[in-house]
Amino acid sequence: MLIDWFTVGAQVVNFLILVWLLKRFLYKPVLNAIDVREKRIAKELADADAKQKQAQLERDEFANKNKAFDEQRGTLLSKATDDAKAEHDRLLQQARKAADALGKSRHDALITEAAQLNQALLQRTQLEVFAIARKTLNDLADASLEERVADVFIRRLATIPPAMKTTLGAALTNGAETAVIRSAFDLPHAQQAAIQDAFNLTFAAPVKVRFETVPDLVSGIEIMAGGQKLGWTIDSYLGSLRSGVDDVLNPKAAAAPPTMPPPAVVAPTAPAPVHSVAAP
Amino acid sequence: MNLTSDQQILWQYGFLKLDGTILTTWLLMLGLSLGAFLITHRLSTDSTVSRWQAALEIIITGINEQIKEVGLTDPQRYIGFIGTLFLFVATASLCTIIPGYMPPTGSLSTTAALAICVFIAVPWFGLREQGLRGYLKGYISPTPIMLPFNIISELSRTLALAVRLFGNMMSGTMIIAILLTITPLLFPIVMTALGLLTGMVQAYIFSILAAVYIAAATVTRRKKADSQATPLAAH
Repeated sequence: MLIDWFTVGAQVVNFLILVWLLKRFLYKPVLNAIDVREKRIAKELADADAKQKQAQLERDEFANKNKAFDEQRGTLLSKATDDAKAEHDRLLQQARKAADALGKSRHDALITEAAQLNQALLQRTQLEVFAIARKTLNDLADASLEERVADVFIRRLATIPPAMKTTLGAALTNGAETAVIRSAFDLPHAQQAAIQDAFNLTFAAPVKVRFETVPDLVSGIEIMAGGQKLGWTIDSYLGSLRSGVDDVLNPKAAAAPPTMPPPAVVAPTAPAPVHSVAAP
Repeated sequence: MNLTSDQQILWQYGFLKLDGTILTTWLLMLGLSLGAFLITHRLSTDSTVSRWQAALEIIITGINEQIKEVGLTDPQRYIGFIGTLFLFVATASLCTIIPGYMPPTGSLSTTAALAICVFIAVPWFGLREQGLRGYLKGYISPTPIMLPFNIISELSRTLALAVRLFGNMMSGTMIIAILLTITPLLFPIVMTALGLLTGMVQAYIFSILAAVYIAAATVTRRKKADSQATPLAAH
């Protein structure tokens, strides 16, 4: 008999026990482990997916912000460029104006300074001319400048034009006016007396004469009376001298055709009389 | 010469006895349970697992997939029975490489016991799934005329299961034993290798047939439930 029924029953029991044992020690643990791992992997995948979506959102947001920032930066840059250009133009204009004003003020200052220097030179030249003339006359001719000037003045007084003589005479001889004799130097009493006599003689009547010393006076001597002024000046000499000095100092001007100074400049002993009548 | 290990009586006390088949089965049970315990008592749920765990997972998921392919959609309910059938038969066949070993599946008592287990398990699972009336209804479907044929089919397939496995395993052992007496060199090794292959195929056939029978007993009701659910879902 190939079948032993006791063995069959025993094997059925054995198999059922084996089913229980393998269920307990094999299938359940392994399947549970697989389930746990699958759940964990699914969770990790879901997390990764969520993170990826989040990252995508953040990336989009960042890109949008970046774009907006770029646009804003471009706008600001353009505005800043325009502002800077306007400010540059404004500052340039301001600097130009300031430079113009400064140039003008310097020009004015130079003109003023030149005028002052001119005046100072004029006075100094006059003083020097008088000093040289005085010394030359004294050394060579044993004559006093003041005396010679007074003499010449007296001679010129006698030869003044008749019209002026009439006008001055009318003003001085009515007794109300005083003839003011202004000179660049003090006239000695003798010369003052001689001049007084000459006036009296010229206008045929006693004339009130007052002498004043004005160091700034360019001319040698002048008369002021009745709103009239009569002077013998060395203005023309000084003008020629100034032209000569300018020619030396300014070569361009020197290149121009030279103008011959009047002979009076080079002939100090015979100054040409200049008559001028000016209203005060 | 013993045809089966049933005839190797190691101990007997009246009706009770311990033969070679039972002893070998115990040893196989011990080896399977101990191996399973040793591997699974330190299971890892991390991404990295040990090689033994990976091998076990491959075997068990493979069995699960096979059960699912047969048509049992919830394989975890059946893997205890079907998986144990496969592992027991396969292990019994693999051990034929041990000299002097006689597989318990080479005993008609063992194969009959396994076939009886299947014979009982089919209505057991069928009743759990379909209830008594639904299960018994399967015997008279499509017509009550089929009732005797269905009963004969149940009995004959149980007999076929037992005899097929017994014949294959016993014949393999017998052939090797006979060849050892005729050509003791080389040829028995080739036949042993062929026996291993036959054993694995038989393990697969036995367990997959059991799965098919169980599926046939349980799927009928599911088909009905599905056909009822479909018009409801349409509304």
